[in-house]
Amino acid sequence: MELTRRQFLILSGAVGGTLALSRLGLDLAPVKAFAEDSKALRLKTAKQFTTICPYCGVGCGILCFTDETQKKIVNTEGDPDNPINEGALCAKGAALYQTSSNNQARAQKVLYRAPGSDKWEAKSWDWALSEIAKRVKATRDKYFVEKNDKGQVVNRVEAIAHIGSAALDNEELWPLQAMMRALGLIFIEHQARVCHSSTVPALAESFGRGAMTNHWIDIRNSDCVLAMGANPAANHPLSMKWVQKAKDHGAKLISVDPRFTQTSSKADVYASMRAGTDIAFLGGMIKYIVDNKKYFAEYVTKYTNASFVVGDNYDFSDGLFSGYIKEERQYDKSKWAFKKDEKKNIIKDETLQNPRCVFQLLAKHYSRYTPEKVSEITGTPVEDLLKVYETYSATGTKDKAGTIMYAMGWTQHTVGVQNIRTMAIIQLLLGNIGIAGGGVNAMRGESNVQGSTDHGLLFHILPGYLKTPRSTQKTLKEYNQQSTPTKSDPRSVNWWSNFPKYSVSYLKAMWGDSAKPDNDFGYAWLPKLDPGQDCSWLNLFDAMYKGNIKGFFAWGQNPACSGANANKVRQALAKLDWLVSVNIFESETGSFWKGPGMDPKKINTEVFMLPCACSVEKEGSITNSGRWAQWRYAASPAPGDAKPDGDILFELMKKIKELYKNGGKFTYPILNLKWDFSDSKGHFDAHKSAKLINGFFTKDVEVQGKKFKAGDLVPGFPLLRADGSTASGNWLYTGSYTSDGNNMARRKKDDPTGLGLYLQWSWSWPLNRRILYNRASTDADGKPWNPKRAILSWVEGKWVGDIPDGPAPPLNDAKDGKLPFIMTAEGYGRLYGPGLSDGPFPEHYEPLECPLPKNPLSSQYNNPAIKVFSGDMDKHVTCDPRFPFVATTFRLTEHWQTGIMTRWQPWLVEAQPQMFVELSEELAKMRGIKNGEMVKISSARGELSGVAIVTQRFRPLKLGNTIVHQVGMPWCYGWVVPKEGGESANLLTPNVGDANTMIPETKAFMVNVTKA
Amino acid sequence: MSQGFSILVDTSKCTACRGCQVACKQWNNLQATTTKNVGTYENPQDLSFETFKILRYSEGLNWDGRLHWYFFSEQCRHCLSPGCMSASEKDEIIQDEKTGAVLFTPATKNVDFKASLDGCPYNIPRQNPKTKQMFKCNFCFDRIANGMIPACVKSCPTGALQFGERNKILEACKNRVAELKAKFPKAKALNPDDLRVIYIVTDDPKKYWKYAAGK
Repeated sequence: MELTRRQFLILSGAVGGTLALSRLGLDLAPVKAFAEDSKALRLKTAKQFTTICPYCGVGCGILCFTDETQKKIVNTEGDPDNPINEGALCAKGAALYQTSSNNQARAQKVLYRAPGSDKWEAKSWDWALSEIAKRVKATRDKYFVEKNDKGQVVNRVEAIAHIGSAALDNEELWPLQAMMRALGLIFIEHQARVCHSSTVPALAESFGRGAMTNHWIDIRNSDCVLAMGANPAANHPLSMKWVQKAKDHGAKLISVDPRFTQTSSKADVYASMRAGTDIAFLGGMIKYIVDNKKYFAEYVTKYTNASFVVGDNYDFSDGLFSGYIKEERQYDKSKWAFKKDEKKNIIKDETLQNPRCVFQLLAKHYSRYTPEKVSEITGTPVEDLLKVYETYSATGTKDKAGTIMYAMGWTQHTVGVQNIRTMAIIQLLLGNIGIAGGGVNAMRGESNVQGSTDHGLLFHILPGYLKTPRSTQKTLKEYNQQSTPTKSDPRSVNWWSNFPKYSVSYLKAMWGDSAKPDNDFGYAWLPKLDPGQDCSWLNLFDAMYKGNIKGFFAWGQNPACSGANANKVRQALAKLDWLVSVNIFESETGSFWKGPGMDPKKINTEVFMLPCACSVEKEGSITNSGRWAQWRYAASPAPGDAKPDGDILFELMKKIKELYKNGGKFTYPILNLKWDFSDSKGHFDAHKSAKLINGFFTKDVEVQGKKFKAGDLVPGFPLLRADGSTASGNWLYTGSYTSDGNNMARRKKDDPTGLGLYLQWSWSWPLNRRILYNRASTDADGKPWNPKRAILSWVEGKWVGDIPDGPAPPLNDAKDGKLPFIMTAEGYGRLYGPGLSDGPFPEHYEPLECPLPKNPLSSQYNNPAIKVFSGDMDKHVTCDPRFPFVATTFRLTEHWQTGIMTRWQPWLVEAQPQMFVELSEELAKMRGIKNGEMVKISSARGELSGVAIVTQRFRPLKLGNTIVHQVGMPWCYGWVVPKEGGESANLLTPNVGDANTMIPETKAFMVNVTKA
Repeated sequence: MSQGFSILVDTSKCTACRGCQVACKQWNNLQATTTKNVGTYENPQDLSFETFKILRYSEGLNWDGRLHWYFFSEQCRHCLSPGCMSASEKDEIIQDEKTGAVLFTPATKNVDFKASLDGCPYNIPRQNPKTKQMFKCNFCFDRIANGMIPACVKSCPTGALQFGERNKILEACKNRVAELKAKFPKAKALNPDDLRVIYIVTDDPKKYWKYAAGK
């Protein structure tokens, strides 16, 4: 993408407009001499490419300037036209130059490590891919499972696992999942599991979809921004651009964090708290809102399930909901169902007075969360709690919008899903969902982790959040029936009733012409999990540690540092027969066999290290946290032998297919997999993949009065069909690449609402809609609650503004009026969420490792529905004098995730060179530790050393009569590089997961800190 | 002299993302220094011949007893009457008439470095120990002469750094200080009449950095 010179000259940040070049005569000879070698002038002959930053989920635009003779990037800086960052970049984005081939440390050779060897050997691509293909086939054929214990057909492979990757482009991710599923893998996971897996069910249960509801620019429309479970200034730095814009018009920023952070430094209100007590903190806010009638009554009554009457079997007592089955550590959720009349309609009481209605049960549930009790749990002083409650709940009016920015501080807990649910309840009570400046903003931490989640690189979902089939679902019909929710209320849209159209279109995309009505469109070729089988991250590495997984793809991911209880992960890797590590730099995962405490001679894992292209060396799209899919261009070739991931997986599967032509176990899915991604030169073609993801008609058809020819791209998912006449890799992305062209590459900046929607900049799922549930921003007649920030209005029989969340008229339209939450079966936002594993209302439980001998709120100590591993490496201790301090982990602005992309970059290492731990002055004094000294940090699972940063930003907390100290440390380091940089904080963290998604509890655990 | 350009550094908006620090390294092709963590986020520890801009961090209690964490993006102030120039005899250090940029030319290897440093109230000039050439922020002279704004300013997410014609920056500075005073009674601009790079602080400047308002 080339920019016009005019576009480039737009001076973001300039006061007083552009500079006139003519005014800048260079009169003085010395100045001329100074400016002799003008880089700025040289750039004028360089070719410009636009790209999107490869780090966090904000999706900032960057310009790459390429010297076409040298084929090298000579400069990178922010793209002033991209409305998300308007040319600005944080430290990592500004350092992109050192991610490119300018960095000599980039992986450039295909490397192989033989069993027992202590060195790498350089190999050719052809050799490596052929050998990997042979390993895949041998392992697959040896361990293929045709039937499970119950004799049900499953046709799956449990001996090969895959993780990765949120670093790939969407167009690579779809074929990647297709390849792994065609091979029969069920252990398919990636970054999303360990970062935001808890977000998806929490938000889907509350509103219908599992994604950030609004988008980055929209934060500027807010009146009150709560940053909790997140430090956006450090981890999503460009989001602060929009927080600052909000502050400029008078918005308040609240920061709630165990540690006073960069975000706290800019906050109007700061409150400290104990890590792992967010439900108590927010539960107290629910009580405050209800007691002080701060809720938006009309919204609550009309658009949430507040009025629903809950069935007689629901009960809650002393920390346990009804239906608990102790020996299985799970609930019988049928006990939480709503009360229905004889026509199966849910009974409602819109006066909200029925003691069994959701609103009254909610009030009762949180009546126990008094400020004093909350303070005893969280350690937050009562006056600070009340200040936060008062400030935030002031947004419960028609003309005010409050938003939440959260991230790992909420997700990575044994109550991760319920942390987020608590805030979802608050946002529904305050009428903050669906409106400009509102929403629940789940800040994704990786550039395309939204896309990789959307494309189903997870064991439990296929692309587009279609459920993975189970062994009890023998036919496509059974699978579709059991996956499609039904409704009784005619005013509910129940969009998921379209499930069969999306599943059949997916199968058509997978198997092409081989998918026919008479073979269930190849449904039988998808691997089947047992009902309740969980192949998520912690279980995957447990299976690997037990020796049950033989072959492993770590594709663009570094679990040796990112996995909770990383020592167990590293030991598990040593039990593999073979490991394929694809990365742009050497990582602790690929090189695990020569890591600390490892004896290469005793490790028989074969390792293939495949060097891949980085973000600026290939073409494709990535989807940011706000669901905007933005297109990137190849600005330079990859260094050495490195190749785009798309080419690697494309060629690998071709080789596997070739091997299976001569027979093997269950060859159909492999041989029938449509593998048509080649451009005219035989390379992987991102555009072909993008079109397949979008979907096309497989034959000439007439749909809704419009005629389409075979091969025509499908304009939007309402046109997808369940009869095989459409193929679409991912229904959510239908509309992204149509006969209008590649919508993800759009760069127009019209903004008619003035609210920063930019509907013609890139493309946003679903259907280019920018704010989810936006029909809830109007009253039942379609009039905006707040006309000053009207993202949607019903005007003369149509919606004006954003793309409406469903085209139907507003609720009060007697004939066709529909409820605003079209993705929930009932059509309402859910204050009461009966579909989760650990209760319809969030309840405070202590983290698995905590400093208190009992839960101050009930007799139920920890979340009763979590799974606790009990192997020799699964240690955890609580209230143990050996590990007396609460610990949490965080990320740095300068390093990204495990640091494997940033620790190789000199400018970023210069700024943050080394592992450290932050602790209070009081704790330092108690332990005789001075600022800057090396200290040892240990947990039940491991230990590491780091530099002590003694700071007032951590303070001891008073929990009743108990003083609790907290420490925090980054998890961005690892032994490979820099040389004295230190180790991963995940050597310390516990491998215990949330009750719903098994996201590890890496944000609250117990440690000791001593002088080294 | 024409009024030239100015940079406004509004510390009340800085979030310590250090985009400016790295953008400066990137644009100027500067090497990274080998650093250690010495108990602070601040790194490199000081300006040098290969570091023209660093973020200073300081924490403590406010006048109202609340905790603060201040960030100060340190760089050359491009003084209207540059003290460093007093050591320059033959245009080794120059001040561009149109932009106001104060520039160290390669000929600074012949300048009395200590005299130049002593002349700077803000402790900015640095010297390459091998070549003896002097270095500091060059106001992104090359960029502004070609119609681009300084790399650090462009990189700034929140508007903590702004660039523009001097009179407009002075006006923006005045307005912002007035706005901040409502909440921060100690808010002020540091020597706006003498400097091209003008800092706004909301507290005693010494709390930000010992040379924030001069030696």
